[in-house]
Amino acid sequence: MREINEMLKKKVSELLENGTADRIIGWQAGEFCYDVTPAVMRKDNLDELFYNGFCGANQSKYLIQESLEEGKVLALLKPCDTYSFNQLVKEHRVNREKVYALGIPCSGMLDVDKIKALGITGILSIEDNGEEIKVATMYGDKTCKRTEVLQERCKVCKGKEHKAYDELLIPDEDAPEVPNGEDRFELVNKLEAMTSQERFDFWRGELSKCIRCNACRNVCPACSCRTCVFDNDNSGVAAKSNADDFEENMFHIIRAFHVAGRCTDCGECSRVCPQHIPLHLLNRKFIKDIDEFYGEFQAGEDDTAKGPLTAYTEGDCEPSIVMEKGGEA
Amino acid sequence: MQVNETNTVNTEEKEFTPLIVAFCCNWCSYAGADLAGSSRLSYPANVKIIRVPCSCRVNPLFILRAFQRGADGVILCGCHPGDCHYSTGNYYARRRMTLLFSMLDYLGIEKGRTRVEWVSAAEGAKFSATMNDFAATIHKLGPNRKLRDLRCEK
Repeated sequence: MREINEMLKKKVSELLENGTADRIIGWQAGEFCYDVTPAVMRKDNLDELFYNGFCGANQSKYLIQESLEEGKVLALLKPCDTYSFNQLVKEHRVNREKVYALGIPCSGMLDVDKIKALGITGILSIEDNGEEIKVATMYGDKTCKRTEVLQERCKVCKGKEHKAYDELLIPDEDAPEVPNGEDRFELVNKLEAMTSQERFDFWRGELSKCIRCNACRNVCPACSCRTCVFDNDNSGVAAKSNADDFEENMFHIIRAFHVAGRCTDCGECSRVCPQHIPLHLLNRKFIKDIDEFYGEFQAGEDDTAKGPLTAYTEGDCEPSIVMEKGGEA
Repeated sequence: MQVNETNTVNTEEKEFTPLIVAFCCNWCSYAGADLAGSSRLSYPANVKIIRVPCSCRVNPLFILRAFQRGADGVILCGCHPGDCHYSTGNYYARRRMTLLFSMLDYLGIEKGRTRVEWVSAAEGAKFSATMNDFAATIHKLGPNRKLRDLRCEK
């Protein structure tokens, strides 16, 4: 990771020097090494640029605003970010001309909560190379296994291939290995196999934790309406907080529905949820249904293909298929 | 006091008549309902029809909001696939509703509470039969408890 960090800094200053772009969206270190925030930087404060195992944030969404401004912006895209990027370009939300996309390698991002759950606290710095993670803490050096502390979404990694870029920092073939992709529908299948009442209880338990901070909506690269239906006073559903359990359900059904067929399964919604609600399970249910009913589809694979909800075939299944197919009553 | 309360609950259960919201497209199903009426075919009075320009005008929020406001079942009627007044509207509606219904099932809501039926302007008999059947299904399922605004509960 250290070499990649050095290479990245060199490459970025080179690109800003020669005028390819005039600013960059990168990551800035916060108070702690795991407290990294995306930030726009220019030549004069480029030394703040930072890339480590906690730079999980998907930067594609910031490009919507950035590509409206003067000049070209340099975007650092991890392989999974390029799916969201493609999707935004397809929807004409990001002006491709105004973005210079530099593909950077990623070998899975770390979840600081999981590290802390292992009893490693007072983290000062992290050395992540290969299978073993070395953590320097206030109480001495500790180690943990990489697979134990990977973010949830990285366990089902889509692979190391960048789907869109102007330049790659390291060719995809030479990039470090990515975690082996597990079956991403495993939990969805498990839920589907439950009885209807069990599912209801599971989701009540999860969704009732929602504090309606809207972080899942605000971070989602697919959720990019200028005025959200939940902020529109004329929509009849605008609300600052969930008044009852119906509104908890409604917000999350509609949030997931509005990105159905466009969600690239980047997992940002679950990453940012302060209540740790597994929101990706709602998105994955839609992805799984779309795959089953209308054929395999991966949003953001390219920037031209029509999405499954903006297309149809005459022989599509009828909605009554849910009666036969869905989980037990 | 307690005796009274149990009494009211009991009578309410006995008298359960489902409230059903039917979204009908202007060109086929609404005309179908009209034909059912002028042919003197009966369908339950607690089916409340909301006329929409096309089945694809119905967005998932409409369906959820109907439940929120106390509906026990929601049915969407449109032109048969291929006969849409706007050529393709019902094809899109079909995909959306399939995904929405599947999601409701995933969240543990009873499957039978939502339905899509294609009813043409000439199918007054089908309209009345569909509504009678749907009302019976919802009656069997009982009142909608899982997907509603609990502030409406008395």
